[in-house]
Amino acid sequence: MKEITASMAGTVWQVLVAEGDTVSAGQSVIILESMKMEIPIDASEEGTVAELKVASGDFVNEGDVLVVLK
Amino acid sequence: MTVKLDERLKENIEKITAGGASKYHEKNAAQNKMFVRERLQLLFDSGEYSVEDAMFANNQAGDLPADGVVTAIGKVNGQTVCVMANDSTVKAGSWGARTVEKIIRIQETAKKLKVPMLYLVDSAGARITDQIDMFPNRRGAGKIFYNQVKMSGMIPQVCILFGPSAAGGAYIPAFCDIVIMVDQNASMYLGSPRMAEKVIGEKVTLEEMGGARMHCSVSGCGDFLALDEKEAISTARNYLSYFPANYKEKPEQTESRDPIEGRQLEAIVPENQNVPFDMYEFIDRLVDEGSFFEMKKLFAQEIVTGFARISGRVVGLVANQPKVKGGVLFVDSADKAARFITLCDAFSIPIIFLADVPGFMIGTKVERAGIIRHGAKLIAAMSDVTVPKISVIVRKAYGAGLYAMAGPAFEPDCCIALPTAQIAVMGPEAAVNAVYSNKINEIEDPKEKIQFVQQKHQEYKEHIDIYKLASEMIIDDIVPASSLRETLAGRLAFYESKEMVFSERKHPVYPV
Repeated sequence: MKEITASMAGTVWQVLVAEGDTVSAGQSVIILESMKMEIPIDASEEGTVAELKVASGDFVNEGDVLVVLK
Repeated sequence: MTVKLDERLKENIEKITAGGASKYHEKNAAQNKMFVRERLQLLFDSGEYSVEDAMFANNQAGDLPADGVVTAIGKVNGQTVCVMANDSTVKAGSWGARTVEKIIRIQETAKKLKVPMLYLVDSAGARITDQIDMFPNRRGAGKIFYNQVKMSGMIPQVCILFGPSAAGGAYIPAFCDIVIMVDQNASMYLGSPRMAEKVIGEKVTLEEMGGARMHCSVSGCGDFLALDEKEAISTARNYLSYFPANYKEKPEQTESRDPIEGRQLEAIVPENQNVPFDMYEFIDRLVDEGSFFEMKKLFAQEIVTGFARISGRVVGLVANQPKVKGGVLFVDSADKAARFITLCDAFSIPIIFLADVPGFMIGTKVERAGIIRHGAKLIAAMSDVTVPKISVIVRKAYGAGLYAMAGPAFEPDCCIALPTAQIAVMGPEAAVNAVYSNKINEIEDPKEKIQFVQQKHQEYKEHIDIYKLASEMIIDDIVPASSLRETLAGRLAFYESKEMVFSERKHPVYPV
């Protein structure tokens, strides 16, 4: 299990993956909107999306888990 | 008789230069660690160091071949430097009375000669059995740190960490200008994992608590993570090539080299202010090929700090990285930039700010961490710079972000904008929301609402139009990205004679 966390506080703008999708290292999985900027959140390693912890519109704080990979 | 005397000298030198027992050499080799004298050979030009004072220290003191530190004078890039290097084959490089005295003496030499001082650290810390002779006294270990503080900004101080730097010893890297750490082997900590378990009950590995990667990416105590000892040593040599011998001199100018080929600067910066781009690509097209030397690459990556050459002239670059956290300034990024600016200013290295910054981060998390205090630290460091200071507004510069990146009020030698620049208290979306939120809420028809917001966005954009700011003389020039390098090279040449005293006083009250 590998958790992908928010690099900074913001609102979830786009969820780019669905549960069951495979992702590669460096692929953007979520885009946050914070400080009026698009903040892409990338997977640091490859894996399969086991669980999406957030939906579009959610507020997340720095360090919150967004996606769980297996 | 003479032959006999020479024989004795030769035997002693052989014993000294061989270091500790062979089992310690084997242990080093198993950890991919070099013997201290091999390290010194790699460090100095053509492997030569002719002056080694107090080589005989501890040579007649019982079972030791010599003391656990080598101190030497030699040349790096043709420039004289002083060096102390722990020998981990002698009592694990720990500090006894002679060790401390040797380190103090080579520091005193570096200070007298006004040449860089290098610390090649691989030490288990103080020898508890020798504590009265090396810990509390006037020329005890505290004097090493006192000297470091005294020499800070006078001469470059470089630390290469090959192994542990424990407890008090961990302050040697802390007082250096740069700390280069060898991955897997280097560590810094006040209390070892064993001590942490005994004293506070925490179970943790050395790598997690004080490893090289942790310090280079999380704590910010490390500046460069080297793959092995060879890379660490060549990095130190490379670093010194950007520096003069001391604060009175200027960095050496080399021949100009074209930047590496690739996309044009115009193509790299997206027009939409909210879309990220990679500042590294921008820097690559701006500076002489192969000249970029990054400090704290793995730490607070939303700001990029590093040395480079533009047409052969050494510069320090402070650049927002929109690709990471939107380039927003955080506690750690403010800290990182403040420290880098101070380093450049101490050694006459002109600073170029490349701004694309939405501002300082807001929210509970950063306010509790003291973002205001840390932001003030950055703004203070940037303000009292007396080297040439150039502010380039690459794209947006919003709020106090403009201030932190040497905006017009902070007396940069010039504030120049690219045509993509946008300077404002805040971006159009935030500003329109702030000013018209009541009005926007009152409009019921959604179509009408969108139309109103768009109209206000447009008006706001016209209000902060960069040509308007140039016409008001807020910025000094607008240059196309394609001629930015040329502009900077020209200005750096003109600003070379800049000389100023920032403020008449003893020293500022630092907002740290």
